[in-house]
Amino acid sequence: MNSFISYLISGISLGSIYALIALGYTMVYGIAKMLNFAHGDVIMVGGYAVFLSISSLNCPVWLSIIIGIVVCTVLGVVIERVAYKPLRNASSLSVLITAIGVSYLLQNLALNILGSNARTFKSVVSLKTIEINSQLKISGEAVVTIIVTVVIMVALTLFINKTKAGMAMQAVSEDKGAAQLMGINVNKTISIVFAIGSGLAAVAGILLCSTFTQVSPYTGSMPGIKAFIAAVFGGIGSIPGAMIGGILLGIIENLSKAYISTQVADAIVFASLIIVLILKPTGLLGKKINEKV
Amino acid sequence: MKKKILALSMATVLAMSMFTGCGSSAENKGSKDTLVLGGIGPITGEAAIYGQAVKNGAQLAVDEINEAGGVNGMKLKFTFQDDECDSEKAVNAYNKVKDSGAKVIIGATTSGCSIAVSEKTQADKMFQLTPSGSAADCVKYDNVFRVCFNDPNQGVASAQYISKNKIGQKIAIIYDSSDVYSTGIYEKFVSEAKNQNLEVVTEQAFTKDTNTDFSVQIQKIQESGADLVFLPIYYQQAAKILSQADKAGLKVKYFGCDGLDGLINQLDTDVALANGVMLLTPFAPDAKDEKTQAFVSAYKEKYNNETPVQFAADAYDAVYAVKAALEEAGVDDGTISISDLCDKLTSAMTKIEVEGVTGNITWSADGEPTKEPKGMVIEDGSYKALD
Amino acid sequence: MNKSNKVKTSTKQCLVTLTMVIIFFVICNIMVMNGVMGSLFEGLLIPMCYYIILAISLNLTVGILGELSLGHAGFMCVGAYSGAIFSILTKEVIKSDFERYALALLIGGICAGLFGVIIGFSVLRLRGDYLAIVTLAFGEITYKLIQNCYLIKDKNGLHFSFSQPVNPQKYDLDSKVEILKGAMPVSDVPKTATLISSVVLVLITVVVMYNLIDSRAGRAFKAVRDNSIAAESIGININKYKLIVFFVSAFFAGMSGTMFSHYQTLDSSKFNFNVSILILVFVVLGGLGSIRGSIIATIILYALPELLRDFYSYRMIAYAIILIAMMILTNNEKCIYMRERIVSKLFKKNKVSKDA
Repeated sequence: MNSFISYLISGISLGSIYALIALGYTMVYGIAKMLNFAHGDVIMVGGYAVFLSISSLNCPVWLSIIIGIVVCTVLGVVIERVAYKPLRNASSLSVLITAIGVSYLLQNLALNILGSNARTFKSVVSLKTIEINSQLKISGEAVVTIIVTVVIMVALTLFINKTKAGMAMQAVSEDKGAAQLMGINVNKTISIVFAIGSGLAAVAGILLCSTFTQVSPYTGSMPGIKAFIAAVFGGIGSIPGAMIGGILLGIIENLSKAYISTQVADAIVFASLIIVLILKPTGLLGKKINEKV
Repeated sequence: MKKKILALSMATVLAMSMFTGCGSSAENKGSKDTLVLGGIGPITGEAAIYGQAVKNGAQLAVDEINEAGGVNGMKLKFTFQDDECDSEKAVNAYNKVKDSGAKVIIGATTSGCSIAVSEKTQADKMFQLTPSGSAADCVKYDNVFRVCFNDPNQGVASAQYISKNKIGQKIAIIYDSSDVYSTGIYEKFVSEAKNQNLEVVTEQAFTKDTNTDFSVQIQKIQESGADLVFLPIYYQQAAKILSQADKAGLKVKYFGCDGLDGLINQLDTDVALANGVMLLTPFAPDAKDEKTQAFVSAYKEKYNNETPVQFAADAYDAVYAVKAALEEAGVDDGTISISDLCDKLTSAMTKIEVEGVTGNITWSADGEPTKEPKGMVIEDGSYKALD
Repeated sequence: MNKSNKVKTSTKQCLVTLTMVIIFFVICNIMVMNGVMGSLFEGLLIPMCYYIILAISLNLTVGILGELSLGHAGFMCVGAYSGAIFSILTKEVIKSDFERYALALLIGGICAGLFGVIIGFSVLRLRGDYLAIVTLAFGEITYKLIQNCYLIKDKNGLHFSFSQPVNPQKYDLDSKVEILKGAMPVSDVPKTATLISSVVLVLITVVVMYNLIDSRAGRAFKAVRDNSIAAESIGININKYKLIVFFVSAFFAGMSGTMFSHYQTLDSSKFNFNVSILILVFVVLGGLGSIRGSIIATIILYALPELLRDFYSYRMIAYAIILIAMMILTNNEKCIYMRERIVSKLFKKNKVSKDA
């Protein structure tokens, strides 16, 4: 029984990282209606930004985190302006391909500038491992990640529902044209969405690299895909859905590794996604889209 | 209309670049006093560190040889092409170096790509010396030799070493089931462990896509009561395992193979985690012998103070092996045909002995090197001999 | 009268495309034989053929049916392995290379086609991005599962094992033939793909696709793409046509996979998400629904990174920037507008017609 709880806990901590990344995906998809495949690589940039400011610029930890978030936010807005805005009225497929192009660009820039070596990332979390009893341990990073994810989820939900900017986002996501007619600055709103999404990516990057103690040009790639799956799992566009999707994904991955097989754990995760989508075509918490003729 | 113009302009660009590709076939004949070596390996993609190491090591050797006067009056030229760790691209890389006039291949860096390239070198009858392709199938054909140990060999040698020196009795294994190197060693280790009366209590796999979180594997090992964890993997993943295991409070001994080389630098400030890690490796960057020291300091000087890893050392020795074979075969004309060169080098390889930084190496006709792996243990950030 | 005109147009298109392909490869072949072309480009010709088939088959799903499929590499994988296993098993039994290869192609195609039908069934209720994700998931599952398969043949028959190498006690050491070895590449497949057979397969694919698209079924596909509710209300059985598309698309992808496995070493890690995306890029840049566009885009985009090898790792950055630039140029209204102005100025024609 103890080992089951232990697997569950490590699954939840893994899942909360996915959830954090998925929140960024879902926000951007819900409002700008695009799949930002470059999200995973913005995470990598965030990780490197913090790593470089700690190691090369010798900044204290709190300042490095702020630098990381600022760098990512700016990067997100720049990418949106340069690559996605010109395609706002194009088909979503074109935007997808462009996002992939941006992803390749970020990865290869990092590869060329920073080298292919994975760097050891010293964890920014100073909380020590909590020992519940001799067999159950939760690492400090896991605790921080879970708390941060919950806090961000609550904050985002409040932001979307209670603030003016948040309601503008809801309006833009429902009908861009009508929102513009109502006087909402659509460009600014979408830029804010990307800024927030990228800021979240930076936080996710910092926690990801702290948990796994390494950062490399490809750190963001697989977690990005998994988080994307998590976002769809929970219903893309839904913020609580992203959280649930992420955590469930982490739990399924870990339990599959533990009780079925480590080699096919990935395949099982994907298979569970397929099953969920067959049963509930719009994800767990997704809204049923009624097509109008 | 616009699409047609776009298509036409791109086609023109393509046509022009096609012809740049063509022109170089005229250079294939080569010149009398230059011999071109072609290198293949990943310098982009997730395996880029290995290809980069091979490229650097080989280039260092080529420069040293040229400075010392070349081989039989010929200068060596080294051209390297990226294979992105993809077997299809590796074949393209091979074709490209062939176009650039290469008559000998130093490559490929990874086993899968090596095997793919060997299909083509065998058809073209070009001599291929892979510095680091370690799967058994890499040297399937007569014209291919290798510098590194092969995987089955390492698996068997590890099991024998552990048993002989009584390092551990209950063995746990963590291996990469999506990687040729790792599975090759693991399979032979498990079968040899039976012969050596070692008890393998648990075998935990991970894949390329799940190579960051090892909490499940570590927990299973804790539950199994193992006293030694065998790690036939590369140092990047090993570093993660060591730090996660430490956090989880797992206290075991670790034993690995040559893929672990580079662990010390990877761990950086956490290098204390590597204390006590044992590995079988032919190359240790802080070995006190003169040859290794000269290689390491020359490498550091040329490449940004980076410590060379196994791959770089293997590539360095590969180039010197080619030099020795060329001298043995008496080749002094850079315009020699590819297949003639291949014949001469193939027979010369079995006659030479190379005192390289990865050991004193001789070769048998099936392409395998005969050199002894050394047991090392990591202590305080450097290797110490384990005997 | 209209009907015969329409048929003629598409046949004309088909013939033009066929001629283009034939001329292109004939020129390449002449250059190869005269030693004018470097071996780099020569080595790209057969891969170009199977990528062309992959692009055309994906175009059927994405361009004609209108559904985004991100798991095309999975079909290629199924086709490659089934064709390869068949070839290895019948190496002694069927002596004629040609017959064995033809059968392997058929088997590879059919296995992949069946797999496509299974996926098609799973995604019948899904729309848009959700369908894309499920196809992505299937693509990933496929190659990961195959990476765990071990298959050995000996005089007692076939021994299969999953996740563990086959227990040495189970098979006879002397007569064993290792077919699948988990993560290790499979290199024992007889390498029977030739340039001529590959080009012939491309031509067959082109002919089949053009005829399919211009048939009653093809019009049904396009109806489903344009407005599935209206199509349903007319009485078109959407599910049936979706499954047909998935089968055909997967069949040709599987066939190209078999071509791949008979050309070079079969490595399972080759069939990952990145390859699916690569083919998707070919299709999108070539034009959704345009077969000729897919062919041209594939040839150019596949050859380009290889021919830019002289620029080492900067070429990937250049490729990414070119990709982004091309997407913006072909899709942004301002750019399209500027291009039309430039074109009309250059050609001084009255712009009355719509685009090609």
